[in-house]
Amino acid sequence: MNVRSMLYAFIFLVIFAGQGVAQGFAGLGQSADAFAQPERGGSFAFPADHGAHPAYQIEWWYVTANLKDDQGRDFGLQWTLFRSAMAPEERPGWDSPQLWMGHAAVTTPQDHFVAERIARGGVGQAGVTAAPFEAWIDEWHMAGDTLDQVEMRAMGADFGYQVTLTAQGPLVFHGENGFSQKSASGRASYYYSQPFYAVEGTLMLPDGPVEVTGTAWLDREWASQPLAATQVSWDWFSMVFDEGPRLMGFTLHDSDGSDFTQATWIEPDGTTTAFPNGAFLATPLDTTRVAGRDVPTRWRVQLPDKGVDVTVSALNGSAWMTTSIPYWEGPVRIEGTHSGQGYLEMTGY
Amino acid sequence: MIGQGVQALWSHWRYNPWQLITLLAGLALSTALWSGVQAINAEARASYAQASDLLGAADVSRVVRRDGAALSVAEYVSLRRLGWPVSPVLEGQVDINGQSFRIVGIDPLTFPAALPESAGEEGGLTAMLGTEALAMAHPDDIPELAGSTLILRPDATRPRGSVLMDIAQAQQVMGPQGSIKRLLLGSVMPLNHAPLPPEYRVAQAGVQTDVTRLTQSFHLNLTAFGLLSFAVGIFIVYGAVGLAFEQRRGVFRTLRALGLPLNRLMLLLVAELTVFALLAGAAGVALGYLIAAALLPDVAATLRGLYGADVAGQLQLRAAWWASGLGMALAGTAIAAAAALFKLAQMPLLSFNHPRAMSVGASVAGQRLAGGAVLLFLLGILVALWGEGILAGFALLACLLIGAAFCVPWFLAQCLSVAERLSTRAVVQWFWADSRQQLPGLSMALMALLLAMAANIGVSTMVSSFRMTFTAYLDQRLASELYLNARDAAQAEALLGYLGTAADAVLPIVSVDTRLGGLPAEVFGIRDHETYRTHWPLLQATPDVWDALAAGEGVLVNEQLARREGWGIGQTLPTGDRLIGIYSDYGNSAGQMILGEALFSARYPDVPRLRFGVRTDQPEALAAALRARFDLDEEALINQTDLKAFSLQVFERTFSVTAALNVLTLSVAGLAILISLLTLATMRLPQLAPVWALGLTRAALSRLEVVRAVCLAALTGVLAVPVGLLLAWVLLAVVNVEAFGWRLPMYFFPLDYLRLAGLTLVAAFLAALWPAVKLARTDPQRLLKVFSNER
Repeated sequence: MNVRSMLYAFIFLVIFAGQGVAQGFAGLGQSADAFAQPERGGSFAFPADHGAHPAYQIEWWYVTANLKDDQGRDFGLQWTLFRSAMAPEERPGWDSPQLWMGHAAVTTPQDHFVAERIARGGVGQAGVTAAPFEAWIDEWHMAGDTLDQVEMRAMGADFGYQVTLTAQGPLVFHGENGFSQKSASGRASYYYSQPFYAVEGTLMLPDGPVEVTGTAWLDREWASQPLAATQVSWDWFSMVFDEGPRLMGFTLHDSDGSDFTQATWIEPDGTTTAFPNGAFLATPLDTTRVAGRDVPTRWRVQLPDKGVDVTVSALNGSAWMTTSIPYWEGPVRIEGTHSGQGYLEMTGY
Repeated sequence: MIGQGVQALWSHWRYNPWQLITLLAGLALSTALWSGVQAINAEARASYAQASDLLGAADVSRVVRRDGAALSVAEYVSLRRLGWPVSPVLEGQVDINGQSFRIVGIDPLTFPAALPESAGEEGGLTAMLGTEALAMAHPDDIPELAGSTLILRPDATRPRGSVLMDIAQAQQVMGPQGSIKRLLLGSVMPLNHAPLPPEYRVAQAGVQTDVTRLTQSFHLNLTAFGLLSFAVGIFIVYGAVGLAFEQRRGVFRTLRALGLPLNRLMLLLVAELTVFALLAGAAGVALGYLIAAALLPDVAATLRGLYGADVAGQLQLRAAWWASGLGMALAGTAIAAAAALFKLAQMPLLSFNHPRAMSVGASVAGQRLAGGAVLLFLLGILVALWGEGILAGFALLACLLIGAAFCVPWFLAQCLSVAERLSTRAVVQWFWADSRQQLPGLSMALMALLLAMAANIGVSTMVSSFRMTFTAYLDQRLASELYLNARDAAQAEALLGYLGTAADAVLPIVSVDTRLGGLPAEVFGIRDHETYRTHWPLLQATPDVWDALAAGEGVLVNEQLARREGWGIGQTLPTGDRLIGIYSDYGNSAGQMILGEALFSARYPDVPRLRFGVRTDQPEALAAALRARFDLDEEALINQTDLKAFSLQVFERTFSVTAALNVLTLSVAGLAILISLLTLATMRLPQLAPVWALGLTRAALSRLEVVRAVCLAALTGVLAVPVGLLLAWVLLAVVNVEAFGWRLPMYFFPLDYLRLAGLTLVAAFLAALWPAVKLARTDPQRLLKVFSNER
C-alpha cells in the first residue's frame, strides 16, 4: 500500500460523501450532514466522554510531552490516536465504518523519529474505552484506571517509548466550557485538555534507552466538519511557562488570506480565560527547509491581554511528520516576557 | 559575426542534404530502437510481475498456525496487539450463479503489499473499503458473476474463479464459513516486539523468486540489445559528423580568420549538434513508441488499461520515456562528435589543411583503425582478466564490438586485394580495384552493418538460448497441471482418496532441508513416473537413470551442486549414494538432490506427505471440484497451466518482437549503405567515365555496382558471424554470470544465421538498387563531360 493510498484513506469524507475533491486540510472542511454536531452549552459526562464518540466524524486523543534526561538534554514526544468515521455509527466486525490512525514521534535536537499505524474499528484492533481508560491501536496504548494516571507506549521500527503520565491538576475546557469555535461562521468542536501531566519513563532510541522526566499535555477534541471548506491550514501552540501558567493558542488560515485565532490562558490551579478571535497573535520570524517546504520554526507569539510577548523556537526544525497526511509537530523553547517550553503543530505547509 | 557564422555552418547542410538526412536519420532511428526496446522491456517486466504475483503479495511472508488451522479474528487482533504487523486474508468458497468461486478478502488498511492496480492508482484503497466497494475478478469471470451484488472491476492478473475484495465485503458474501486462512506479515517489525506465541510460525515467501531471477536476466540481456541497436545508429552519426567536420575545415578556417573566436565557433557547433540531437531524439522517441505499439499492440493497450483513469500516472511514464530517449540522443551525439570537436580545438588558426575527403590516405586510415581495434581487443582482454562485476562485462562487450567494427575496413581491404590478385580478367580486376577505391567512403556504413549483424546474431542466439532454457525450466518445474498443499495428514489422505479416481496421476512432492557439501541444500523424493522421465532436463546421466533412481540405486543432483563439489557421473558421493544424473536448475543458488520415493521414505520416514503434483487432462474442472469439496485456499491449490501458458505467451511475444527489431536494426544499416552510395555516386563519375568509354555499357556498370554492394555485405557478414557468436557468449557466459551468478547454456541456430545472411544481402541489394538505377539512366552527355572538363 502506498502512502498516497493511505492519505486518501484518511480524507474521510471523500469516502463518506463520495466526493472527488478534498477540501481543507485532511478533509476537515467537508460537509457532514449525517453526523452529530457539537452544540453550544452542551455538557460533558465523565468518564464516558474520555471514550469515543462514533456519531461524530472525527476525534483525537493527542498527547505531547517536553522531556529531559538526567544530563539536561531536551526531548519531545508525541502519541496520537485519530478516529475518523465513514458513517456516524459503530458496527461490529470488519464492516465497521470507524477508521483509526495512530501517530508516534520522538524528537531530539538532531533527530525526529516517526511511526504510524492504521486500523479499522469493529474487531478490536484499535479503539478507546472510557472506564477503565484505554486508547489503543495495535500494541500502542494509553491506559489506566482513570485518565489521571495512565501508562503510554508506542513503537516504531527504530524507536519507541514507555512512559507514565500523572495528572497534577484538573481538566481544562477551551472556548465556552469546552465548545471551541473554529470559524467566524460558527463551526466548532468539543475541546478539553489535561495540561498538567507529569511524565516519567523511558525512550528507546537507536543509541539505547534514555530515562526521562517532564511535562505532558493531552488534548481531546471531537467534531464533525469543524473547519470551513476554505480553512486550509493552522498553527497550534501549547505553552507551559516556568512560572506555572499554561497557554493554548491557534491560528486557522483561510484560503482568502484571513485568519481566525483563539486562545485559552490557564492558571496553575486550572482556572481558564478564553480569548476571542484576534486576541492571540503568532507571527513567523524564521523558517526551516524541511521535506521540500519552508516551514516557520521561529515565531513571535503575543497575547497582549496577559502581557505575553515571547519568541517560540523549535528544538529541531526538521520535526516533519512523514505520515500519510504530513505535517510539522515538535517541541519548542520559549523566551521573552515569559520563558518555558511547549509544542508546536503546523499543518497545510 | 555569430549570425554569419550560423549561416556559413548551415550552408554546408543546405548543399549536402544527404549528410544532414544521414545524421538525423541515424540519430532518430537509434533513439527509436532504444526507446522501442525499453518499452517492450517494460511491458514484459510488467506482465511478469503480474504473473508471478497473484495476490500482489507473493514475496510476503506469512504467519500461520502450527497446526494448520484457520485463524480467528481474535487471534489476528491479539497478534497485532503483540506488535506483529500482520494483515488478514479471509478466504472461502461461494456459489454464485451455480458456479463455485473463491472469495479472497484482504484488509487494505494493513495490507503489506501493493494493492491491485485495477483498484485504481490512488483511489484504490478508498474504492476497496466497505461492503459496497469494488471487487476484482478475471475478465472472463465477470460475465459469470453477472447479477451478483458485487461491483466488479476486471483484472487480468486474478486467477480464474477467484474474486478479490475488502475483507468486510468478503465476510458478508461468505457469511460464517469464511475464515482467515493466513496472515500476511509486513516487512517492518517494530522495536522490542513480543516473541511470536508458540502456536504460530512464520512461513517464508514462496518459490516464485526463481522465475523472477530468470526473467531479470532476460531483461538485462534485452537492455544490452537496446544499447547495441543504439550503437549501430551512433556509428552512422559518428560517420556523418566526422565527414561534415572534415568537409567544413575550410569554412572553419575562414570563419576563424575573419575573427570568430575558437570557443564561440565551438559553441556554435555544439549548439548546432544539440538542436539536431533534440530534433532527431524527439522524432526517435515518438517513432520508438510507434514501433513498440505496432509490434506489441498490448503495450499501448496495457498502459491505457493500467493508467486509463489516472492521467498523472500516464504523464509520469511519458516524462521518463522522453527524458531517457532524449538523454540517449544527446549522449550519443556527444560521443559521436567528441573526437571531431577535439580535433577542431587543436586546429591551428591558419592551417593549410585541405579538406580531406575520403579518398586520401585510405589504406593508412584503415590501418590506423585496425591498430585501434588491436588496442581495444587488448583492453577487452585486460577487462576480462581483471575486471569484475556487470560493468566489466559490458565494457568487455563494448571493446569487442567497437574493435570488431574498426577491423572492417582493413579486413575488407585485405579480402579485396587478395581477390584482385587472384583474378585475371581485366574487368574483374578493375571491379576489385574499384571496390577497394570506394571502401573508405563505404566503411562507415559497413561498420554499422557489421554491428547490426553481430548484434542480431548475438541477440537472437541469446534470446533463443534463453527460450529453450526457460521452456525446459517451466516444463521441469511446472510439469504437473495442479499443485496441492494439504493442511495436514488427514486432509492429504482425503485428497488422495478423492484424486485416486479423479486424476490421471498424483505425484507426491516430499523434501527435507539439509546440508550437502557443508552448505544448505534440499533433498527431494520423487515417484517414478512418465512426467519426470519425459520432462526432467538431465545434462548428463547413466543410460538406465530412471530405472536406477526408482530402484534406489542412485541419486540425481543439480548442476550447481555437481559443479561446486566437482562430482561426476558414476561417482560415489559422501552420502554413500551413486551419482547417476545431473540436471539443470536455473535460477536456484542452492544445492539439490533427488532420491527415488522408496529410498527417500526409508531415509526420512518422518517427513509428512502434504504436497502433490496432480496430472490431469481437465485442470480447470478438477480444480473447481477440489475447491468446492475441500475448501482449499489460493495457495493450497495452484493451477499451473494458467501461469505457464501466460508466462510462455509473454515470452513468445517478446521473442517475436525481438525478431522484428532485428529486421529494423538491419534496415538502419541498409539505410546507411544507401546514403553512402548516394553520396559517393556524385563523386564517382570521373572514375566510371573511362570504363564506360572503353566499352562497358551503363547497364553493365550498374549491375557491377549492385554486385559490389552485395559482395561487400557478404564479406562483412563473414566477419559478423564470429563476432556475433562471441557477443552471445559474452552475454550468456560473462554478463549473466556477473549479474546473476549462473551461466545460461548457449545453443547454436545455423538456420537463423543463414536467414540473417540472406536478409543482409537483400538489404545491401535494395540499398544499392536505387543508385544503380540512377547510374544506368545517367545521361551519356554527363559521362562525356568528364573528358571535356579534363581538358
